[in-house]
Amino acid sequence: MAFLLPAIMLLLFGYAITWDLRDIPTVVYDQDLSARSRGLCDALRASGYFTLVASLPGTREIAPWLERGRASLALVIPPDFAENLDAGRAAPLQAIVDGSDANTATIALAYAQAIVTSYAARSAPPGQTLAPPLRVESRIWYNEELVSRNMIVPGLVAVIMMIIAAMLASLTISREWEGGTMEQLIATPVTRTEIVIGKMLPYVAIGLVDVAVASLLGVTVFRVPFRGSVPLLGILSLAFLVGSLGLGLMISAGSRTQLMAMQLSMMTTYLPAYLLSGFMFATELMPRVLRLVTHLIPARYFIVVTRGIFLKGVGADVLCLQGLAMIAYAVLGITLAIRAFRKELG
Amino acid sequence: MRGAAGRRLSVLVHKELIHTLRNPRLRMMIVMAPLFQLMLFGYAVSTDVRHAPVLLVDHDRTQASRQLAEALTGSGYFRIVERSDRASDLVAALDRGRVLMGVEIPAGYARDRARGTGATVQLLFDGTNSNMATVARGYAERIFARYAVKALPSPVTGGIDLRERAWYNPDLLSRNYNVPGVLATITFMICLVLTSLAVVRERELGTLEQLMVSPLRPGELIAGKTIPFMLIAFGDLVLVTVLALVWFRVPLRGSALLLFGASVPYLLSAVALGLLISTVSATQRESYLTTFLLFMPTMLLSGFMFPVSSMPAFFRWITLANPLRHYLEIVRAVFLKGAGLSDLWPQCLALVLIGTAVLALAATRFHKTVR
Repeated sequence: MAFLLPAIMLLLFGYAITWDLRDIPTVVYDQDLSARSRGLCDALRASGYFTLVASLPGTREIAPWLERGRASLALVIPPDFAENLDAGRAAPLQAIVDGSDANTATIALAYAQAIVTSYAARSAPPGQTLAPPLRVESRIWYNEELVSRNMIVPGLVAVIMMIIAAMLASLTISREWEGGTMEQLIATPVTRTEIVIGKMLPYVAIGLVDVAVASLLGVTVFRVPFRGSVPLLGILSLAFLVGSLGLGLMISAGSRTQLMAMQLSMMTTYLPAYLLSGFMFATELMPRVLRLVTHLIPARYFIVVTRGIFLKGVGADVLCLQGLAMIAYAVLGITLAIRAFRKELG
Repeated sequence: MRGAAGRRLSVLVHKELIHTLRNPRLRMMIVMAPLFQLMLFGYAVSTDVRHAPVLLVDHDRTQASRQLAEALTGSGYFRIVERSDRASDLVAALDRGRVLMGVEIPAGYARDRARGTGATVQLLFDGTNSNMATVARGYAERIFARYAVKALPSPVTGGIDLRERAWYNPDLLSRNYNVPGVLATITFMICLVLTSLAVVRERELGTLEQLMVSPLRPGELIAGKTIPFMLIAFGDLVLVTVLALVWFRVPLRGSALLLFGASVPYLLSAVALGLLISTVSATQRESYLTTFLLFMPTMLLSGFMFPVSSMPAFFRWITLANPLRHYLEIVRAVFLKGAGLSDLWPQCLALVLIGTAVLALAATRFHKTVR
């Protein structure tokens, strides 16, 4: 379980899942049927972002294609397209996008716009240079090719640890209750602190191995760049692990059955770690109230750390705030675990 | 005879409903989980770039450069949170993740603009969140392109004027796409958890043997262990639909009848999967773990958050066996596109096939494990 789950998650997230759009299915209604309109279609196809799945005979045919989801973009090229373009007039061109998936639609339109603009510049009539009055030069840092895998894999390192730590740890004390060995444990002269620390250490080791394996796989198999410092990642992972394990142990100490412990830990870690940590959805874009809530989720800080170290190659000076938050979280985790445990003894 | 069978079944369903609804934790899950997920997906999970933080480095500091900055903020997609004179500040701001985009307007921008000799603006993006950076770049480039056409004295008239229209979701709100999706995930989860727990609980308590020796036939037992949870999930379905319409104002353009009709084979496949889980788990804890391990890939490979069309061919084939994928397509098409049965019959057929297959498999295994 401790190794199966990370493997499945890495495989799925690394191979199967991506936000990068390729081969957006596109239909064209070409009323012009000129060399220019064909050239535009070729430019779309050559970009790799669009696949032309059909050429339609009329506007009425567009709706069924979009409605059944067999095409995401429809391009309508008016009859005077080549004429306008060659005469140096603005040539209108209509793009209809299936907006139901807002994200895909926005990205598809942005790609289409970029391709159309560059095609227009290339096919300007002789003697007229189509230098735009305002040139915009965009550069991307840290993830130059905008590959979603580079964003997901470092985040996944954090999410895996959060879930594993909370789930494994939540089972360990309730298992003693269920197995009836808790009384024995209480009768021994070890102190609560020693029990909690002793319960925690093996999982810290497992967790660190998970981090190392996941990071190594990310760099070697998935070719995610690693630009920062390994020791820094190690130290901050340790703080994060201790905090998450503490949370898990606290839940465990409070629940008499493993089932209940598991349900609780799943509820408190799984969904928040996925959705409110910035793993997939940027916390900056959330409404203010929710943005405040995300500050309570430790994975949020750790994801900034892993992305910062993997992609940005930043050091302790930049990550000190996150580091402090995670150390505080670790201290809190241990204290809460010890306190919760003591109640049960008394 | 049929009357007796019907009566036995209704007693069993009744008993199962009481058992489930009396359990405070399960009650909590049935009512709170959908609300919680709706809130998350309605408010938190958004891929819409609005008010993205921007750092502006304006070397020009003229009226022209200020106009340009206003065009950016006026769009509502960006807000300028920091200003600076030094380009090096951009590095620090991007490193620390304080801003998503840096805009650098070079000295001499106003002069170049007045001459019409290609004034240049530099944009710098934090690509760590690839999705957000792609969307933001698209917006920024289009805002400047439009600004150039509208406000600049342009000697150039040619080019292609791409007129965009988004059907079904004209404002391109990701909420309209995600909230109906909750309908699919939450009912799936509830069916899975409740069904598998119900059977395994009886096994743990040893009451499954009692049911075996009762005059119940195996088919009736299976029906009695699945129908109540389909009913509960159906209740959640209605709850989520109503909230989506009333609270989140997601348009429902198609027929509610089709939506609920298609839910029957979908829920059937979900409870059948739950039954299947119960046949491989000895304890409630095991069944919970199996549910979790099954639910995660099902959700990831469904198109709920990541488009199926972007997956590699191999995984795309796998998704064909995923009931969640087909149901999501139905739900979204009915809500946003107003699609009818003539458009959606392939998905409905797939659901019926999957539901029957899984139920048959689960029933066979169930017979074996109880014997």
